[in-house]
Amino acid sequence: MAEEAKSQDLPPLVTRKPVKTQEDLDLLLADKGVRYYKELEVFPVDTAALKKTLDATCKSRIRTWLEICTHCSLCADTCFFYLANDNDPNQIPSYKIQSTLGELVKRKGDVDTKFMINCMDTAWGKCTCCNRCGMYCPHGIDMGVMFSYLRGLCFSQGFAPHEMKIGSGMHWIYNAQMDVTVSDFVETCEWMAEENEEYYPGLNIPVDKPNADIMYTINAREVKHYPEDIAEAAILFHLAGENWTVPSKGWEETSLAMFAGDWAGCKNQVEWVYEAMKRLNPNRMVVTECGHAHRATIIEGPYWAGIKTGQTPVRSMHYVEWVLEALETGKLKIDPAKKIKEPVTLQDPCNYIRNGGLCDVTRKIMSYIAEDFREMQPNREHNFCCGGGGGLNGIGRYRKERNIGMKVKRDQILATGAKFVVSACHNCWDAIRDLEEVYKIGIKWSFLKPILLKMVIVPDHLKPKE
Amino acid sequence: MYEFVSGPFALISFAIFFIGIIARIVWYVKGLNWQLDRVAYSEKLSDGITGAARSLFHWLLPFNRTTANHPIFMVVTYLFHICLIIAPIFLVAHVVLIEESWNISWVTMPDKVADYMTLAVIAAGIFFLIRRLVEPNVRFLTNAWDYIVLGIAIAPFITGYIAYHQWMDYKFWLIVHILCGEIMLIAIPFTKLSHFVLFFCSRIQIGMDYGIKRGGAKGRGIAW
Repeated sequence: MAEEAKSQDLPPLVTRKPVKTQEDLDLLLADKGVRYYKELEVFPVDTAALKKTLDATCKSRIRTWLEICTHCSLCADTCFFYLANDNDPNQIPSYKIQSTLGELVKRKGDVDTKFMINCMDTAWGKCTCCNRCGMYCPHGIDMGVMFSYLRGLCFSQGFAPHEMKIGSGMHWIYNAQMDVTVSDFVETCEWMAEENEEYYPGLNIPVDKPNADIMYTINAREVKHYPEDIAEAAILFHLAGENWTVPSKGWEETSLAMFAGDWAGCKNQVEWVYEAMKRLNPNRMVVTECGHAHRATIIEGPYWAGIKTGQTPVRSMHYVEWVLEALETGKLKIDPAKKIKEPVTLQDPCNYIRNGGLCDVTRKIMSYIAEDFREMQPNREHNFCCGGGGGLNGIGRYRKERNIGMKVKRDQILATGAKFVVSACHNCWDAIRDLEEVYKIGIKWSFLKPILLKMVIVPDHLKPKE
Repeated sequence: MYEFVSGPFALISFAIFFIGIIARIVWYVKGLNWQLDRVAYSEKLSDGITGAARSLFHWLLPFNRTTANHPIFMVVTYLFHICLIIAPIFLVAHVVLIEESWNISWVTMPDKVADYMTLAVIAAGIFFLIRRLVEPNVRFLTNAWDYIVLGIAIAPFITGYIAYHQWMDYKFWLIVHILCGEIMLIAIPFTKLSHFVLFFCSRIQIGMDYGIKRGGAKGRGIAW
């Protein structure tokens, strides 16, 4: 009794609003999801608001997709979840979307809590929004787009996975997906430059330098967990002789708000980056080795920010595009003797291959760095999701589903015979690391930066004086 | 009865069909929104047109990317749609009727060819029916409307075949045939059969989407 009374006194964890204060964020972080999901089970649906949102945002494109699906099931075998779950019909993309968003639209938002929890479990636990099914549907029905839309509806009603609510909150409070402040970022840059200056004389991470050629933006976890990634980027820019900078404000390129379906949060986040572009006036922006960061800030971001051309304020490119440019122009030279000798394969991240068109770029890079490059099957635009996309890597509630889904990627890698996977995407990198942890197939995985650093020729004038 | 189904009701059903499909197209295009869909339709129109043309061209040909995984289904589907559209439009009897009523006419095909095409539509329809009943995934997805819509689509061909070959009461089957055709025309704007036009809308949209912003923008020119 006493305990019950106590829990009633606690402020609610589940709300229909994004988390915007440190206090609320701390509450969520302390909870670990237990009370959160309990509250969710009895959290009411605001059906009037849901109907209003549907009327305002569910237009002819989505309604037509839902209506003209002929239930032909051709999308079934395009979905890695379907394949990984032994052809379970509950995993057919058409079924997944028709039984959730399809019903929601049919009932004009008049649904209950149980229904919304099923929507949440499907939109985040059974779909990574990889958009592969849409490529094979003869009617061009893109279920990934619809699931992303459904996530937005769920989020607006408070039905978002615990970590997604936290992630979106982080963006509101820190303008970053993690609790990394501007001074954390700037200090990490200084620290990394100092740490490596001994080996690379003159190494510098210029912060807020106006009119540079390149403005480099990153993923908050590089600051928090992998500062060496920032150092590697700096060294490679340094060796290539680039005129570059990082913005003290507007350095975070990722968007857990996008995975969460918090569209106001998405807008808020990308505008931070676009303001940095306007403030520093670089020639172009390069984003780190992250797939969804590229998708969020370069592909989708301009639309959230209301830019009619759909283009970022300055020309923007993924890190792999910069790498290829540096290799092709000779700004970076590879020591041929140091190319990767063992068989190596390449992960195609959905967010900048299917949704960014960069598959030829990464393959050209492989030709510079690997002697025995082996393609996964299928590959390029047809590649399967790593299994952890769309935020799935970070959601505890769907860990089991994620691990099952990764079987497809595991088998794709095994079939190449390579034990080394290049992954120029944080999410894919994580998923491949986790699939090794779960399935122990004896593989290594790496971003491009450490690989390049091992084989790049340091020009004489940049070598340390002994 | 014959006078009614071949006279005023024919006019009504053609009117509903044409107004209906035009309304569906107008509603579709009006519902597109650059910011909600996150596609710069008008700002990047030429990229969009290229993407849309690629998408349409690829998916109007029988050997598209899904054919490799499902060759039999795709070939049957292709034949079904081709015959379903061509046979009724170029059938001598239909063209003559229209000429008598409205004094316009166009080329016709030999009855023998139309006959085979009709059989192809019926056979494909039976294939779809069996597939819906037997293939576990399709059966799992199927609802009553899928059967009704399939029935509406092939009924004019079955009844037309019976009437043409005069196996039974010709007058009766002719009336049933005309009615079935009219039901199909009326059903097109209001059911899944609206994919008669919305297939094109959807393909053009996704082609523009990829052509303007996603994999097509910096891609290697594949069809989406």
